[in-house]
Amino acid sequence: MSEHILSIIWLTPLVGMLAVMCLPKDKKDLVRYVANAFAVLGVLVTIPMIRAFDSSNGDFQLVERLEWIPALGAQYYLGVDGFGYLMILLTVVVGWLSILCSWASIQDRVKEYYAFFLFLQAGMLGVFMVLDVFLFYVFWEIMLVPMYFIIGIWGGGKRLYAAIKFFLYTLAGSVLMLLAMLTVYFKHFEQFGHYSFALEDLMRVAAYTGPEMQFWLFWGFFIAFAVKVPMFPFHTWLPDAHTEAPTAGSVILAGILLKMGLYGLVRFAMPMFPKGATDDLTIQMVAALSIVGIIYGALVSLMQKDWKRLVAYSSVSHLGFCTLGLIALNPNGIAGGMLQGLNHGLSTPLLFLAVGIVYDQRHTREIADYGGLANRMPIYTVLFAISLFASMGMPGLNGFIGEFTILRGAFEVSIWWAGFAVLGIILGAAYLLWLFQRVMLGPITNPKNEKVRDMNLREIVVMAPLIAGCFWIGLYPKPCFEILEAPTNKLVERLDPGYFSRNAAEEPAEEVRLARLAPEGPSASE
Amino acid sequence: MMDAITFTATDFHVLKPAILLCLFGCGILLTDAFLVRRIGKRWYNAVTALVAEGAVILAVLQHMSDVRSGGPISGLGGSILIDGFGVFFNVIFVLAASLAVILSARYMEAEGEHRGEYYALVLFAQAGMSIMATGNDLVVLFVALETMALSFYVMVGFLRSSKKSNEAAMKYLILGAFSSGLLAYGLSVLYGIAGSTSLEKVGEAVAARPEGDWATILALITTSVGLFFKIAAVPFHMWAPDVYEGAPTPTTAYVSVASKAASFALMIRLFLSAYGSAADAWIPLLGAIALVTMTIGNLAAVTQSNLKRLLAYSSIAHAGYILLGLVAANEAGMRGIAIYILAYVFMNFGAFALIAALRRDGEAAEELDDLNGLFARAPGYTILVAIFMLSLAGIPPMAGFYGKYYIFLGLLQEGYYVLAVFAALYVAVAAYYYFRVIRACWLQKGSETPATLDMNLGTRVALVGSGVLTVLIGVMPQRFLDLAGESVLATLR
Repeated sequence: MSEHILSIIWLTPLVGMLAVMCLPKDKKDLVRYVANAFAVLGVLVTIPMIRAFDSSNGDFQLVERLEWIPALGAQYYLGVDGFGYLMILLTVVVGWLSILCSWASIQDRVKEYYAFFLFLQAGMLGVFMVLDVFLFYVFWEIMLVPMYFIIGIWGGGKRLYAAIKFFLYTLAGSVLMLLAMLTVYFKHFEQFGHYSFALEDLMRVAAYTGPEMQFWLFWGFFIAFAVKVPMFPFHTWLPDAHTEAPTAGSVILAGILLKMGLYGLVRFAMPMFPKGATDDLTIQMVAALSIVGIIYGALVSLMQKDWKRLVAYSSVSHLGFCTLGLIALNPNGIAGGMLQGLNHGLSTPLLFLAVGIVYDQRHTREIADYGGLANRMPIYTVLFAISLFASMGMPGLNGFIGEFTILRGAFEVSIWWAGFAVLGIILGAAYLLWLFQRVMLGPITNPKNEKVRDMNLREIVVMAPLIAGCFWIGLYPKPCFEILEAPTNKLVERLDPGYFSRNAAEEPAEEVRLARLAPEGPSASE
Repeated sequence: MMDAITFTATDFHVLKPAILLCLFGCGILLTDAFLVRRIGKRWYNAVTALVAEGAVILAVLQHMSDVRSGGPISGLGGSILIDGFGVFFNVIFVLAASLAVILSARYMEAEGEHRGEYYALVLFAQAGMSIMATGNDLVVLFVALETMALSFYVMVGFLRSSKKSNEAAMKYLILGAFSSGLLAYGLSVLYGIAGSTSLEKVGEAVAARPEGDWATILALITTSVGLFFKIAAVPFHMWAPDVYEGAPTPTTAYVSVASKAASFALMIRLFLSAYGSAADAWIPLLGAIALVTMTIGNLAAVTQSNLKRLLAYSSIAHAGYILLGLVAANEAGMRGIAIYILAYVFMNFGAFALIAALRRDGEAAEELDDLNGLFARAPGYTILVAIFMLSLAGIPPMAGFYGKYYIFLGLLQEGYYVLAVFAALYVAVAAYYYFRVIRACWLQKGSETPATLDMNLGTRVALVGSGVLTVLIGVMPQRFLDLAGESVLATLR
């Protein structure tokens, strides 16, 4: 039992999908209960993983390894380290909440909806735990299919367009990754005489490939991940997909799918091609694109008239921070980038849920149609404000910790990087506060808003765990840093051998530095 | 050579599949004329054809075990060569012909053209294809190709009262005859070079010619063009959409899968053995043709509104991918071709089976819009549509992915990075039009008078079987990859 923890985690939603498919179509409530039960079960089955996980260990844990296709050297090979561990926890929680939040808003084709959602959940969990590159590609691709249907069937007015755009963009990126994958795979065969897709085997190829080859291979992977992140200029699918998707779909897209891009970078692209990732041109381009993304995303958010689109563009800006942190290639940058990914996975779903709650009542996303909601919805106002502050990087909430750590990492590389990123934070505060002002404050100008009701218990229950998470990371981020520390250090050492021994003389040991960072968050807010 | 005309047991053994097919084909003609027509139950003919397929698969499996234990078997003075490659393709033909027979029973009945000759032609065509995959002699290969082609010309025009079907048959006949002429011309030049029709002798003679020899180039170009017609490679693809659209749908499926597979089998044999030494000349040629074929096929498919035409252009694009396997000309490329064709049988037949079953007021419904709202009427079959389309698009873990996987690998191994990048990016283009089909079934609302699925038990079994195999090859590919791998070892001697 205990040696199959990871398999159980990703198979639970899949079993849930099969169960939902067996239920009669017209018993909508039964379908909802079963789907939610499996979503909760999906959270519960991670408990053994939490108990068994050792955050001081930088290697892969809970490893499962079976032969799958010997002819290709592809294996059923699972394992987690700190990066995957946090992402799995985020996925089960956000997945559960998005299934819960769909209870009332989905009335059509309910059975198919939950089946696709559970399928999607299984695919996403698979992505975060596979260590075989071939199987990774399978999970990575197959997961697009349920998302296509979720956007395409239950989405808003332009759903057909948004769904196929999402699919094709991601697919085009992925096929380039497939070619890069196959090239490394073949190089491994040339070097070692046997075919294998296992991550550690393919990582060994780096020692035998020149910088130029690694540069191209890195970019083959990078484009796939950059589309998913999404990084400017590969982001154009995102506003459409996020805006047109049903609330739960937006929550999953923003909360988890985007994180796959970050995860892919730290798990595959960077460790497999260290010379490609540390290439000067790569660093300059990625940093420049990240900074452009930060500023551009924020400026475009300022201009949006559509509430959901504003939140969507804010993701472009926020994820720019994450990639900037990663490409700083130092412990603060990478740990900060991944932590900020996690933070974004908590705070942006909150914003989408908040839009969903009023959208379900008013069926409009135009910011101009709202105004003065605070008069009618006190609980909503408080929770929405907290979500905004979390997203904005208010000290005491999670966003601050992430942005602060990234800025430290970026500062170590270049003062300009940090300077531009700070500009992004200011703009972020501007568009979010302005949004709050326009929809929540002032008198009610539109008579239709007189009748809106405040949040019901289910809606509060959906938002509460995420808000708790925001406060937890904001006030006590140490556990997260501890989890991220071992894999981060391992990655930095891989990218820049001797980084720690070189810096040990000048600075306190890395462990001390990271541990010291933890209490800094709240203290800075005082 | 004259003294070799004694018919030995080995000769009989190597010809057994073709002999069985011809005998059963004649048997169907006779029983149809004297027995079945009186009883009035035409599906008896389909059963006879399936029995024939059963007998053929036994013969083919026997070949397979013989080849595994004792290596390739040569018969009829070396003009037939049974090796892993030929056996593999014969398995493909049996699968394709069986599926075609199963689908035809219902379809031809509904179209009012259910006659025994049809099944006889299915078997005769297969006899030709069987020899195309195992032939080792220029004349034998050519006669086999013509046997196949003549049967197909008639099958395509089998809907006598349909204008489209007649037009398609005419077009196919004229262009087919033209391409056969070119092919025959090229083969005669090869004979002129070698003074022999045996592929080995031709190969040796071509290798002995100086580099850049005009006769070799002439033979290469004319035979290639002839074969490009058969596989519908651009710019010789113009017949394909019209023929695919006009032909009875089960025939379309049969032509698109089996005739393409057989032509590729012939092409691989010819290029790897006869032109093996001239690879420097034909690799750029095939690479360029493959690239154009993928481009035109994929881009033209995007705008189609008729399902059969859409799949016709998609099959042109697939031909481009398969050609890339031959461009790579290494083990991965050959494996890719084999597994690609195997997967193509199931996914393409599955797609065509649904189109064949789709009817509105008794008329065949073949437009993309006819699929609108299918999810509400037949949820199970819409899942199958999604599986077939994802597989055709090459999304893992579906069967269609592995063909592309190996072909990309083959290209990368040879360093054809640019070709590989183009081929990979066209996957995204192709996904667009396959998703148009999925979108129609899943996302669009149906009209007031929706098209319905009209199926008998056989069609259902064939459809579900194809769907299951498409997924099974995708998820548990090991056995199938082994089978494909075994087949290609023979070609890369």
